[in-house]
Amino acid sequence: MARFIVRRTLGMIAVLFAISVIVFLIFNVIPNSDPAARIAGKNANPALIARVTTDLGLDQPLPVQYLTMMKQIFTGELTSYASSQNVVEQIWKGLPATFSLCVGAAVLWMTLAVVFGYLSAVHAGKFTDRALTVLSLVGISMPVFWLAAILLYYLSFKAQLFPTSSYVPLTKDPANWAYHLILPWITLAVLFVGFYSRVLRSNMLDVMNEDYVRTARAKGLGERQIRIKHVLRNSMIPVITLFGLDFGAVVGGGAILTETVFNLNGVGLYAGQAIGSLDLPPLIGVTMFGAFFIVLFNTIVDVLYAFLDPRIRLGTAAPA
Amino acid sequence: MGGLIGEVEAPGEPPLPVGVPAEELRGSSPWRLAWMRLRRDRMALAFGVLFVLIVLVCLAAPLWADHVAHTGPNQNHITDKVIRDGQETYVVAPDGTPLGPGLHGQFLLGADQNGRDVMVRLLYGGRTSIFIGVIAALVTTVFAVLVGLVCGYYRGWIDAVLSRALEVVWAFPVLLLGIALGTTLSLGGLKIGSLVVAGDSLWIPILIIGFVYVPYMARPIRGEILALREKEFVEAAVAQGKGPIRIMVSELLPNVASTIIVFFTLNIANNMLLESSLSFLGAGVRPPNASWGTMIADGYQTIYTAPHLTIVPGLMIVLTVLALNVFGDGLRDALDPRAKIRLEH
Repeated sequence: MARFIVRRTLGMIAVLFAISVIVFLIFNVIPNSDPAARIAGKNANPALIARVTTDLGLDQPLPVQYLTMMKQIFTGELTSYASSQNVVEQIWKGLPATFSLCVGAAVLWMTLAVVFGYLSAVHAGKFTDRALTVLSLVGISMPVFWLAAILLYYLSFKAQLFPTSSYVPLTKDPANWAYHLILPWITLAVLFVGFYSRVLRSNMLDVMNEDYVRTARAKGLGERQIRIKHVLRNSMIPVITLFGLDFGAVVGGGAILTETVFNLNGVGLYAGQAIGSLDLPPLIGVTMFGAFFIVLFNTIVDVLYAFLDPRIRLGTAAPA
Repeated sequence: MGGLIGEVEAPGEPPLPVGVPAEELRGSSPWRLAWMRLRRDRMALAFGVLFVLIVLVCLAAPLWADHVAHTGPNQNHITDKVIRDGQETYVVAPDGTPLGPGLHGQFLLGADQNGRDVMVRLLYGGRTSIFIGVIAALVTTVFAVLVGLVCGYYRGWIDAVLSRALEVVWAFPVLLLGIALGTTLSLGGLKIGSLVVAGDSLWIPILIIGFVYVPYMARPIRGEILALREKEFVEAAVAQGKGPIRIMVSELLPNVASTIIVFFTLNIANNMLLESSLSFLGAGVRPPNASWGTMIADGYQTIYTAPHLTIVPGLMIVLTVLALNVFGDGLRDALDPRAKIRLEH
């Protein structure tokens, strides 16, 4: 087990290194203009551009530029030249809102996906199944930001059921924290409910034909018990793998749209505003943060899996 | 947010369509069998037709603009007046509220803040959104097939290097990668050798969207090729003296065609969603080009006074993407009922 963890950690560091190189290439090398002028932002003047050039070592060879950029990110010196704000500090400030949004949405989407997927599989081919299939297809076909805007307009503005904006810290007022987050949670969850319920449905239909389910039935177990203990439980494995990947992806950038529309001052809103003002240093920071979180989370899921299923750490089977 | 995840079971004989007389099935090609299965899936066909209709209507945008609305997609009418309910009304009221939808040739779906005809913009925006979706899907398909074939056929170090590269792009969240590329490239444009693309060109979002989805399609194709390569027919082709390229193109490629077709269809849907998200955030289509995503981005500024500017283009995205998803689902069931390809955002 220890060897597996070491191996995965080394793999994680290699992927992070590769990602950091890509981020560096995207922001400093690929585009066809002076990187210093781009990083300086909209109000760039020759003096500022010169400062950016020395700060980030942009007159140095590429490997030195890369090291300077990494040093700025890891020592927390990376600064937005347009807003004079420290990027790393701003990302830290945004974390509570982002995590509140993502954790709540994740709880909601897993619960609903299990309920919908289960009902769909149990009533396969019947009206409930068809209705849920149509609903989930509509769910995965909707732009997240549009759903957010529509919910805001009809439920907050017209019906006045929910507050229209911003984040209330959990430590300050838990009831208001939840009240302000209900619509964002629903928005972010809809897409995943659509996916996961469909994946769960097809897994359950596969598992229902397994020999051990027939055995359970032959033993005289009740249909309900078979469905929940044997079928549902075994069908959850691939869904949980997906969850590991998607949760990482949502925290690491997937929430940008939801945060932007609902004006939740998390990491995503910070990135969204930076795009609006074409301010690159925050985007460099958020991209690195997002990628880091995703890779970290994937590694944790892998290790947990290996812990649960010895075949994986011994390399005899691929993860489900 | 991921992208396309594909997981394809070992190729085998798909079940025959039910309810078709056995004589009719005898000697039918797999494509014919697939068509028979698809024909029975009314829902998928209906949505397929819907998509074609949406495309045709958007292609006819200039007709509507010239003969019904008598205005262009970027033409402002801020100070103009039109007759509504027998009264002269400003296209954009002095308080900034634009005209709402009404049953008139001009301004059928109302106007936006700049007094532009929403219906005309919607049709032209649809052309942009669908064009980006389809062309980006082509870009993805070409690269993914190339990488998948080369990795799966040659294996060894080529496969190792390309697969690692795909994994790194895979580890990147699609939206973040799109934003990072979209923002930097729109600032300076793109220059690769003698190929220069301006920052506000539609090719920037097309190339970005096409690029970020490559791993999601290349990995399952590579997996299938790896399995197919062990089959006897490849051995037979080698024994006949066929070269690697001929084997890849004429022996292996036809065997993954059904996977490619299904991925391509579902990929267009995903591309359109990504395009709208990037455009909404300002990292996608650049003005003055209209796309459904940029229309929502503009309209959202005034959602409380003019909600139609947000609702209408969004509904079009939902309808188009839904049509593609349902049709793609049916196509997959028809072409390869045992395959498990799924889309993820």
